[in-house]
Amino acid sequence: MSKTSRTSITMPATAKKDSIIEIRAIAQHDMESGFRYTEGGKLIPRDIIRTFTCTYNTVEVFKADYYSGIGANPLIIFTTIAVESGTLEFRWVGDDGYEAVNQARITVS
Amino acid sequence: MPMGVAKAVQPSQQSSYELMSTENKAMQDDPSLNPAMFWVGDGESLWQQKVGLQSKSCSACHGDAKKSMRGVATQYPKLIKGKLQTLEGQINQCRVGAQSAPALAYESKDLLALTAFIAFQSKGMPITVSENSANAAFMKKGRQTFNERMGQLNLSCAQCHEDRAGLKLGGSPIPQGHPNAYPIYRLEWQTLGSLQRRLRNCMSGVRAQQFEYGSPEMAQLELFLMWRARGLPLESPGVRP
Repeated sequence: MSKTSRTSITMPATAKKDSIIEIRAIAQHDMESGFRYTEGGKLIPRDIIRTFTCTYNTVEVFKADYYSGIGANPLIIFTTIAVESGTLEFRWVGDDGYEAVNQARITVS
Repeated sequence: MPMGVAKAVQPSQQSSYELMSTENKAMQDDPSLNPAMFWVGDGESLWQQKVGLQSKSCSACHGDAKKSMRGVATQYPKLIKGKLQTLEGQINQCRVGAQSAPALAYESKDLLALTAFIAFQSKGMPITVSENSANAAFMKKGRQTFNERMGQLNLSCAQCHEDRAGLKLGGSPIPQGHPNAYPIYRLEWQTLGSLQRRLRNCMSGVRAQQFEYGSPEMAQLELFLMWRARGLPLESPGVRP
């Protein structure tokens, strides 16, 4: 089973070497907490994103665990240091086989 | 005014955007932060998707939405063949009539996505709904609903959103109640929602019998509200707390 959704990355396309860059990563996801009930009294199973990772030219530079308390369509803003030109890969993995991947390129001078 | 309540001094027409925190304003203004843009993206895909018995997409008739749908959302609700249609109603009319596909449920992801995508094409354009001889009867009913007390709390829309706009209800500012950003991503809802969902919220708040989704009463109230907000630029898709 492969479930995925839209994601969006906002970060600079170019940066000076060793400067700090801000990255915004948002994923479309209901983040169903697993604590809610339907009108019929049936528990709605948990369906959330569990982890978010960012790799910079295959080196992991950022990782976050998401929990039930995090709202829908989670946005995460973090920073890293622009060490070299290349590709940043973002991966969201969650319940029920959810996986979304996005990439962004950066040129460092 | 009853009970000596001071009438709030307010600028003539104000979007509830102005009442939001800087963070929430930024969330609406920056497409990379606005979660509603996911629905706009979904709507763009649906626009191209062939559906129904005729295997026809929206674009088969309407072409490029950036051109054909520009300014369209500023005119709804609109009188079409004698029937007052909301934007959602017209989308479903197209699906059933032109595409031979089943109508989409109100507040379903697909209907919200298409509405958001179409409304997005009019972002920044002023609302152009006007009162004319054709829609006067509907406008009158909408105005009546707006001014009529309803529910166990026995309150009308106007008592809060005209008489007390700018004051506070609990800790929250009371907006003028202009429908100029719908569909909105409401943080309280954690999702996108239509104007009708918002209106039903208020109706349940005053403990009134809620109007049904897609009912003529809803369309009439929407018409009056859009006319009341005429001239205000559309912010769709908006973000609200």
